Amino acid sequence: MIVETERAESPLTPESWGKLGMWMFLIGDAMSFGSLIAGYGALRFGSAEWPVPSSVLGVPLTAFMTFLLICSSVTMVKALAAIKDGNRPAFARFLALTVLGGALFLGLQAYEWTHLITEEHAALNGMRMTVTTSLFGTTFFVLTGFHGCHVLGGVIYLSCILVAGLRGRYSPASHNPVEIAGLYWHFVDLVWILIFTFVYLI
Amino acid sequence: MTGEAQAGHGAAHRHPNYMAIFWWLLALTIVEIAAGMMLQHVGRGPARLTLICGLILMAAAKAALVAMYFMHLRFEKRTLAIIAGTPIVLLVFLMLMLVPDALRTLHNRAEAGSASAPAAAPTPAP
Repeated sequence: MIVETERAESPLTPESWGKLGMWMFLIGDAMSFGSLIAGYGALRFGSAEWPVPSSVLGVPLTAFMTFLLICSSVTMVKALAAIKDGNRPAFARFLALTVLGGALFLGLQAYEWTHLITEEHAALNGMRMTVTTSLFGTTFFVLTGFHGCHVLGGVIYLSCILVAGLRGRYSPASHNPVEIAGLYWHFVDLVWILIFTFVYLI
Repeated sequence: MTGEAQAGHGAAHRHPNYMAIFWWLLALTIVEIAAGMMLQHVGRGPARLTLICGLILMAAAKAALVAMYFMHLRFEKRTLAIIAGTPIVLLVFLMLMLVPDALRTLHNRAEAGSASAPAAAPTPAP
């Protein structure tokens, strides 16, 4: 005898349990990033000598990186809208642009890190900026490195979604995985907005 | 049931004007950068504090726009939005709890600095 059981709906996200699961993950991740930023603030506030970030860090380059991530968030949400409307070519195009934006961001961050690590900085008493040479360097590389790992994970994640999408797995009736991936990507963008402000501008 | 729920959710709201949100984000970013550049030329005082508060508010506004419209939090159930907002409360609490430590560090540094100021005079043996 076959007994059919109805799958219970997620109480907060009727579309899928996966969406609720992603939200729970992001809330925990927000605590991780928030703790790092709070720790950065506490160390900086209590420090007698803290370089002016803009005298060491490249704000114009990072501003462009911020713009890049914002654009990739827009293309991500456009990709989701496209698959909801059943427009598979537009979905693939926008998602590919999102992946490209994330990859470019990582490349620029690698470029930025290389220059920070290999060059001597007058604001750091002629020292290079590494994890061990100064507290400023430690906090900077931990924060941006942790975020960079999230971006890398997001690029891989979205690439898998793109491949699945190109194979026709998603449709207007079945687009939850795209929405869930989009939530992660927007979170990565949101965190960068905060990091850019607190680490680079203030 | 899931399909119906999806259709219901999809019909519950049209797509927000994503490009309008993008332009707002871009404008706020440009203003932030300008404020950051001004901050370099402003000394300690009310002007500096105002710029810092302005930068924090702009960052919060940008984060809210991304959360509400790109992550569709505005169109989700209110309970989910409240749960998603709990880290903000906890993090504000965390920052407030760290303030005494930071102030103590500053105080200790100031005391150490004033104690070592007459460095030429040798310290007497105990």
